Amino acid sequence: MNSLGLSKEARLAVGRRARGQNTLRLLRNALRTPRGATGATLVAIVVLIAALGPLLASGSPTGSPGLPFENPTEGAIFGYDELGRDVLTRVLHGGWTLLLLAAAATIVGVGAGTIVGVAAAYFKGLSDGVLMRTADIVLAFPQLVLALLLVSVAGPSVTLIVFAVALAHTPQVARVVRAAALDVCERDYVKAIELFRISSWRVIFGEVVPGVVSVIMVELGLRLTYSILVIAALSFLGFGLQPPDPNWGLMVNENRIGLSQNPWALVVPAGLIAVLTIGMNTFTDAVARVLLGVDEIAATRAGMTTPTPEPK
Amino acid sequence: MTLAAAAGEQSLLAVEDLHVRATRQRVDIVTGVSFTLERGSVLGLVGESGSGKTTTALAVLGYARRGLSISGGTVSFQGRDVLSMSPGELLDLRGGSIAYVAQDPASALNPALKVGHQLAEVFRIHQPEGQKRIGSDRLAALLTEVGLEHVPVVTESYPHQLSGGQQQRVMVAMAFACRPSVIVLDEPTTGLDVTTQRRVLDTVRSLCRSHGTGAIYVSHDLAVVADIADHVGVMYSGAMVEVGEATQVLGNPSHPYTQALLAAVPSHSRRERLRGIGGLPPQPGQRPSGCAFAPRCGFVQPACSEPVPLVARERGRLVRCVLPNGAESAQPAAAANERSDDLGPDAEQGVIATVRDLSASYGTVEVVKDVTLSLNRSTCLAVVGESGSGKTTFARCLVGMHSRWHGEITIDGRELPAALSRRSIDDVRRTQYIFQNPYGALNPRRTVEQLLDQPLKHFFTLSGTERGERIGETLAAVSLSGDMLDRYPGQLSGGERQRVAIARALVVEPRLLICDEVTSALDVSVQASVVELLRALQQSRRLTLLFITHNLPLVRAIADDVVVMSAGRIVERGSATDVLDRPQHEYTRELIANAPAVDFSGTRDGSTSR
Repeated sequence: MNSLGLSKEARLAVGRRARGQNTLRLLRNALRTPRGATGATLVAIVVLIAALGPLLASGSPTGSPGLPFENPTEGAIFGYDELGRDVLTRVLHGGWTLLLLAAAATIVGVGAGTIVGVAAAYFKGLSDGVLMRTADIVLAFPQLVLALLLVSVAGPSVTLIVFAVALAHTPQVARVVRAAALDVCERDYVKAIELFRISSWRVIFGEVVPGVVSVIMVELGLRLTYSILVIAALSFLGFGLQPPDPNWGLMVNENRIGLSQNPWALVVPAGLIAVLTIGMNTFTDAVARVLLGVDEIAATRAGMTTPTPEPK
Repeated sequence: MTLAAAAGEQSLLAVEDLHVRATRQRVDIVTGVSFTLERGSVLGLVGESGSGKTTTALAVLGYARRGLSISGGTVSFQGRDVLSMSPGELLDLRGGSIAYVAQDPASALNPALKVGHQLAEVFRIHQPEGQKRIGSDRLAALLTEVGLEHVPVVTESYPHQLSGGQQQRVMVAMAFACRPSVIVLDEPTTGLDVTTQRRVLDTVRSLCRSHGTGAIYVSHDLAVVADIADHVGVMYSGAMVEVGEATQVLGNPSHPYTQALLAAVPSHSRRERLRGIGGLPPQPGQRPSGCAFAPRCGFVQPACSEPVPLVARERGRLVRCVLPNGAESAQPAAAANERSDDLGPDAEQGVIATVRDLSASYGTVEVVKDVTLSLNRSTCLAVVGESGSGKTTFARCLVGMHSRWHGEITIDGRELPAALSRRSIDDVRRTQYIFQNPYGALNPRRTVEQLLDQPLKHFFTLSGTERGERIGETLAAVSLSGDMLDRYPGQLSGGERQRVAIARALVVEPRLLICDEVTSALDVSVQASVVELLRALQQSRRLTLLFITHNLPLVRAIADDVVVMSAGRIVERGSATDVLDRPQHEYTRELIANAPAVDFSGTRDGSTSR
């Protein structure tokens, strides 16, 4: 008369029907797609260069052993930059700070955006209006201009760069998260918990946020690419990390005048930023596709049976 | 082998030895299904979720869902082989000669286009040059044909402005627009209330008759199929287990599975214990080599482990069972299990809840009007009505989910404020609510244990061990085993999820349990076991149930008293037997008449006399 009569096999079979529901599984499935694997590999290469670079590099990144824009020689395979510094050494040294700052800015920005977005979606009404219109005002400034504005007013400091870039992300993330959370807030399972008269913030963090975590994952990847670009751009414009410390963004700026003499000094750091951005974007795209069930691997992982009927 | 082949004439549609395969897993979803369809007749395909009935129906259109492919057999439509058609030919076929009506009209209609535009589109695609434009009179005729009123308004409406029944009738109008020879209906009335369902069924039947269209009607609800089909094919685990005339198959079922399905359908005329079917169908790829139903069958024999062929029986009926006369000879013991009407002398007496002059509104629309009723302790009160009758809003007022109402609600003698936030935590605990759709009511990211622990932590201050004991005890009470604890809802079947939802409500020891259409999202066989569970719990735990439904036969199986709601008002009330046997109000009579039933005594119009 009831499901107690189920055999062990039948139970396992039901288990196999489970749809991907946790974040780890989502990432693993994304990695299994060709797109995800390619993206992750590209990211891993650049991150490894940035992380292990300082250990591998010989010589000081600020010393000037060569002539300005000297072409590659046996000792320096990418030649020398505007002040005669070894390009390879500076490249190996110049990625880690950039990545760390980008990661910090992304985490702060996506975190703040998530809270704003979910709160707006859950509380609706006045809170929604105030939060989202404030976000609109921030959105009215182009991301780079906003960051520039903040950094130029308060002067370049590492903390400020992080917060400026994070602030630029917040409204955009809030927008996306709010849209996803609006749907989750209307789900019966959220209503069921509300019926217990559990406090709003516990409903938000216990029920709503887990429901949008996959969207947040995609945002994290996407925002990380933007962070890298904005911090690199800020450095390029002279408002980010300051010379003489090596930094990929700054290197592009410093060496652009020597493009015709030693293109490597510009191409290598710019190329690494490009590879990182493309890799991150590709991986994020794979995550999003798995999430939406576009890629076949997602469909087959979800189980081979007909989808559970979703009645009205 | 098939009925028509024997008669030596060409059928409208003949499916022969159809196999549909999941390409990646290399397992067959549908294994060797054959049937024929004649002009003007309706073939019902029935079975539980996952039996392959929808996959079979879609294969008739030469279509297989993503990840599936039609791997064998033939589908011949008026002598043409559908499976070898080019994409261009298929385009002409689908919608032109063979039309399809999907289960959920809300997602099958384009929300961004007006209904009239979408209907006209069918003609643009399927009519020859020169006839692609369709006049508004023609459009009106199509919509009138399916029984829609206010046609000019409907054509100018967007789908979301129509009710579910109207949407489904627009879908039917679309399907019949090009006068197809075959129409495939995939659970078109699931999710509609009985009155709307009746109208849609009548529409389909009369259109099939007047245009000589053959129809394939897919449903898990035997009562609906009994209502509309001339022939019935019962599917289990990807194969036909019984095929034949509807009167034969449903009136005198031969296969144990058909019998079990029928036993799960609540009866119109008798108050009886419903019997669900234990266990789950085997997954594709794990089907036994013999009879796939054997693990759940009450008549298992050694011969069942060998492959069982589909064998012809009397009057052209085909049955896949080793028992010579099916299970006719050996009825299960539970058959004559009449339910005792009274609760026993120790039932707590008195009123637990009263509602006085309750009126509730959405915006400016008043959906519940002056409802007054009282609920007796340890009884079950059913609230019956069509969708839009205000029954769900009424329940949500009680539980505090809808706070725009005035009037008076008292539970256990205490008057309840409208807003949930102003109710005492104990009042909140005493009244629990179970949602209609078990697929949405459980957070997919929490395990069963976490789901049950959540309310316990919130309402009580208990130690971890005490909570664990309570959870185990409650899980056992809803007939779920302990190894369910670390499962996620996505790993449970629909019936199991609804049991978990019931357990979550029970674990806080409520006095009043409000069940809002709790079985309407479930297969009939699962519905039977859930209703039985609720009935048993109500008696063993002295619970008071408020059971909201549009399914009248179900009321007979569970409720002591009934109130019938129409347009926000109570139009009739009384004991369940009185109201169902001697309905006084016109509306109640209509509801009873509209409810489909498996009844071949010949009294119901249309179901047997065709």
